[in-house]
Amino acid sequence: MAKKKTTRKTVRKTKKKSTVRGGVVSKQRDKETIGKIESLASSVAKSGLAQREPKIEIPIRSVNNMKYNPKKRILEMGSSTQQRELFNAGQARKFMQMLLVSKGCKELIQAEKTLSLRGMYYMALHTIEGTSEKTFNEQSESDTILEDLEVSIDGLREELHVFAKKRGTMVGNITVIDNGDEIDCRRMGTGGYAIPSICEPSVIQFKNCDADFILHVEKDTVWSRFNEDRFWETHNCILTEGSGQPPRGVRRLLHRMHKELGIPVYCLLDCDPWGHYIYSVIKQGSINLAFESQRMAIPDAKFIGIRAEDYDRCKLTSDVKIALNDRDITRAKQIMDYPWFAEKRPWKKEIKTMLGNGFKMEVESLITKDISYVSEVYVPQRLKDGDFLD
Amino acid sequence: MATTTRKKKTAKKATSSGKVSAETLAKGQREISVSEFFAKNRHLLGFDNPRKALLTAVKEAVDNALDACEEAGILPEIHIRLLQKDESRFKLTIRDNGPGIIRAQIESIFGKLLYGSKFHRMKMSRGQQGIGISAAGMYGLMTTGKPVHIISKTSRRKPPHDVVLKIDTSKNRAEVVKEKEDPKSDSLFPGGTGTQVVIELEGRYQKGRQSIDEYLEQTAIANPHAQITWVTPTNETIEFPRAVDELPDEAKEIKPHPKGIELGTLIQMLERTESKSLSAFLQDEFSRVGQRKASDLAKMADKLSTKTITPRSRVSQLGHAEAECLYKAIQEASIMAPPTDCLVPIGSRALLAGLLKEVQAEFFAAATRPPTVYRGNPFQMEVAIAFGGNLSSEESSRILRFANRVPLLYQQSACSSFKAVVETSWKNYGLTQPRNSLPVGPLVVLVHMASVWVPFTSESKEAIADYDEIRKEMKLALQECGRKLGTYLRRRKQMKKQSERRGIFERYIGEISSSCHAIVGTDPKKLYDALLKQAARKTKEADQKLDLDGKIVSAQKLEQDDDVIILEERQVAVHEDGEEGLFDNDAVPSARKKTRKKSKKKKKSS
Repeated sequence: MAKKKTTRKTVRKTKKKSTVRGGVVSKQRDKETIGKIESLASSVAKSGLAQREPKIEIPIRSVNNMKYNPKKRILEMGSSTQQRELFNAGQARKFMQMLLVSKGCKELIQAEKTLSLRGMYYMALHTIEGTSEKTFNEQSESDTILEDLEVSIDGLREELHVFAKKRGTMVGNITVIDNGDEIDCRRMGTGGYAIPSICEPSVIQFKNCDADFILHVEKDTVWSRFNEDRFWETHNCILTEGSGQPPRGVRRLLHRMHKELGIPVYCLLDCDPWGHYIYSVIKQGSINLAFESQRMAIPDAKFIGIRAEDYDRCKLTSDVKIALNDRDITRAKQIMDYPWFAEKRPWKKEIKTMLGNGFKMEVESLITKDISYVSEVYVPQRLKDGDFLD
Repeated sequence: MATTTRKKKTAKKATSSGKVSAETLAKGQREISVSEFFAKNRHLLGFDNPRKALLTAVKEAVDNALDACEEAGILPEIHIRLLQKDESRFKLTIRDNGPGIIRAQIESIFGKLLYGSKFHRMKMSRGQQGIGISAAGMYGLMTTGKPVHIISKTSRRKPPHDVVLKIDTSKNRAEVVKEKEDPKSDSLFPGGTGTQVVIELEGRYQKGRQSIDEYLEQTAIANPHAQITWVTPTNETIEFPRAVDELPDEAKEIKPHPKGIELGTLIQMLERTESKSLSAFLQDEFSRVGQRKASDLAKMADKLSTKTITPRSRVSQLGHAEAECLYKAIQEASIMAPPTDCLVPIGSRALLAGLLKEVQAEFFAAATRPPTVYRGNPFQMEVAIAFGGNLSSEESSRILRFANRVPLLYQQSACSSFKAVVETSWKNYGLTQPRNSLPVGPLVVLVHMASVWVPFTSESKEAIADYDEIRKEMKLALQECGRKLGTYLRRRKQMKKQSERRGIFERYIGEISSSCHAIVGTDPKKLYDALLKQAARKTKEADQKLDLDGKIVSAQKLEQDDDVIILEERQVAVHEDGEEGLFDNDAVPSARKKTRKKSKKKKKSS
């Protein structure tokens, strides 16, 4: 598999020290963030008082304003922005919500506390005076507004002191320091280490890592299989899982381990458009959060499987077939046309084979061969042969 | 039908037993009277089930009463009372203030099927065949054994005659059971004349669709000049007040148009005519045939015939073959369309007045098409629509169908008007319409066909037959109303948007100024006032833009249209949104209030 042979990596000393400096850095950062929020509010207030139309400029977060940078091999946000205006019947509510969220974030930073996305929703939630209208109808509304705020003041969610629900697990030959606590990921039992939502260097530092590579699997069930078989021990690696589409914390952690420890990342995902897109998000970044790709994408990540050809190669029975529905087919075709897939022949062939098969397969389908087929035969074989898609 | 099956049976017997004389066969064959035929086929007349029978009886009696009043130039006042005697037996009393019926005619009118003044003439009227009321009486007799009781007063000076009649179905004749002159009944007719009919019959009374209530409600819409009082079996009195104090113009009688008749009818007319020569026959019996046209027709018939036909040919000399040639000649010739002044439409104003009092909607529009012709019969279409208000917006819209002012309640989907409504593309006017069905929304569509001869699909007069000419006219009238509705709806949407927009800005300004205060310490009061000022300016600008687009201008046109009534709909709109108090009251232009006044005036004047 890996060209890099096992050289024990000791983490640089500066990393260790950052525990101490973490607080200072974040204070400095907090100041900057508050400044950004204040300038947003004061521009609104100024134009209001001067009888000019209050506007907020927001970079657009959609496919149209997203570019694939072939050199860096990541998705980047384009330069187009949209105006959010108060005096526009369709935007007025969102305009108000942005100011409410800004206000909430400022208070949060000043109090030196963090809140979950849901907490933020409650913080900005109230009934508008004199009406029965609520400022937010559901959390998804405040979540998108927060993303808008992130891009328009060019500050990250972490910098705004907001975090998402914890999701994703890790186990393996690594020790991390999480908010000052040393955590040995070799001794995490069956549950594993829950990857926090904020994995910035100020919170998490790597202590000593012996792993040769990272194996990222799609979901918890498969991860448990590998953990129970002590795969990370026998193959000297780190085992992570992102509960489907990996959240920002998992992606940030993977990115940092890959960059700072210099170890490769391999992905074991389902053979369906959903799995392919998860791979794409890990590798190039997501369309919605293209502004974060720089900090999260791992352009060198590799795709181990499940491959469309595995049905024949592993001699699976027809029981494991799950027919592709119309949505799967359109989605697969969409993915095939993404520029970062389109330029890769093996990938095009892979998706075409899947479409030709007319069915998808889950990683768990390998259990029909043997309970531990996936961890004892399938993955070791692929690693040995260096057989993966890029 | 009955006769033919009987014949077959005897014929079979004859073959098996060998010999049967013609006399024996003849014994089994006898004449069937019309009454007997209908006694067996009562569904053809609308007496198929108890509920419908009750409705048909009311309907026939009311139709007759209205026709009689109008012909005598009296504003109709009709009193209907239904008394439940036991579970399935009812006593129906209908009284009008019409001219009354002279004693000598009572037997024929109430006792004989196919007796009437309306079948043989070409004149717009409610009844056509002369089956109605006598059939109702016959049905009553058959189901309860009780005779029909008639009290009629023809003059202020004469006492009313009181007659009890029984119908002999086998002879198509009525038998008088009891009769007297009864001055005591004078109190029934305060106007000096009138008729009261009492029929006991089996039936079932139920409210809802296709009920007596619905029928009377619709009758009141199409006859805003009539005053109707209805006492239900639960002893509830419902008044349908008069909305228009003028009788509709009297319909003129016209002679049939040559193109409107069939060969059989032509032969019959040839036999019955009093004219001597062919030319005279054609000119006397038909409309739109003058001396020239008559001789043209004779010449054309001559070409087709082996015998010579001239305008001076004796009518009595013309045989079957010649009649056929004449018929063909008529079909080929170009003859001017029949006169259409014989039609009396309800009129847009009266239609609107009728709808206004019975349907609680916010928008009303009506359209009357110019008269035209199908198969030689003049006819005229009228359409009115009511939209919004208290009408249900979830269900598909309702169609009220009328033929010569008579509501049609059954067989909607077989009716030409139903097809016309379905074929009209209501999406263009801002309504939703599933494929091949009625539009969905708070809409009532009224379709009225006025004609000297309404082509029904059956004798019970439930659906208008689907002639292309008729359906085309219906659609044109529907489209005319639809366009007005579309204009109104677009405008309403626009207005709602404007007031909403203003509301939205004002709602959020407070939040924004307090947030800004919390973040950078701006004076919230100052910022609030500044933003509010800007909001007012912005909405004003938007309003002016609309003016330039000309949308408001077209809306004004709508208000000046005589065939449109718009009622105050603000209450309704606010309730829908539940955002009371958020709207700026100035958002409703005073023009609408004006219309309301106008519509009230209209009600009175028309």
